[in-house]
Amino acid sequence: MIDNIPLNAFLVISTLMFFIGIYGFLTRRNLITMLMSIELILNSVNINFVVFNHFLYPNQLHGHFFSLIVIAVAASEAAVAIAIIINIYRNFKSIDVENLDQMKF
Amino acid sequence: MTLNDIMFYLFAGSILTFSLLTVTSRRILRSAVYLLFVLVSTAGIYFMLNYNFLAAVQLTVYAGGIIVLIIFSILLTSHVSEKAVVAPVKQQIFSALAVAAGAVLTILTIFKFAFSPSASPAVEANVKNVGRALVSYNRDGFALPFEVISILLLAAMVGAIVLAKKEKNPEAK
Repeated sequence: MIDNIPLNAFLVISTLMFFIGIYGFLTRRNLITMLMSIELILNSVNINFVVFNHFLYPNQLHGHFFSLIVIAVAASEAAVAIAIIINIYRNFKSIDVENLDQMKF
Repeated sequence: MTLNDIMFYLFAGSILTFSLLTVTSRRILRSAVYLLFVLVSTAGIYFMLNYNFLAAVQLTVYAGGIIVLIIFSILLTSHVSEKAVVAPVKQQIFSALAVAAGAVLTILTIFKFAFSPSASPAVEANVKNVGRALVSYNRDGFALPFEVISILLLAAMVGAIVLAKKEKNPEAK
């Protein structure tokens, strides 16, 4: 459908999205926004898998299934992470990483 | 330039703008909504590549499930008008420099590498082929990862419930 668009265009988009996610992970101080940056990173990796599948190996569906599984892992990761975040909020009344130094020694 | 090309550049532009807004917006709830726009644009790109099933999964699981979960947890843990605490300016500048260097290096590598497409006939990713491959245990079948991922989802569900559960009587210990 969009085969006249070069492979590199997709890869550039996913690269930029990946590094924007890393920037968010480095600069954010709130656990939920850090989780959102991780979701950005996972999503950009998914785009990479799907585009390699579509342009380089159209005779198989391996990239397609890999992204399906990454989506499932991301969903379970988000669920567990949010459970942990809610538990932290209950104990410390804050989810800023600056305040969470209880386990440091 | 056909309509498809214009749609692709539209999706690409919205992915980049909204992912930048996601990591820079000071209001947490707004950045969650920007993340929703990023995920929906990604689903649009999957639709344009003819991966309809994957796009539907992206819309339901990511845009429907994870974003709702994130918005719920934002509302549980902070006020709607609360501004997010950000890193000091020095750290922001150095992170931006490191990230820009990484992005430039990766993009240069991408443009240097000669990708060689396979010439064999394409498999259509319709629901019939996807469903058959997902439960087939032959070559090019994905029955084992399918089972593993179902166990992982069960474990994650039990773990999330146990973690978020309130202790009924803390003095009883």
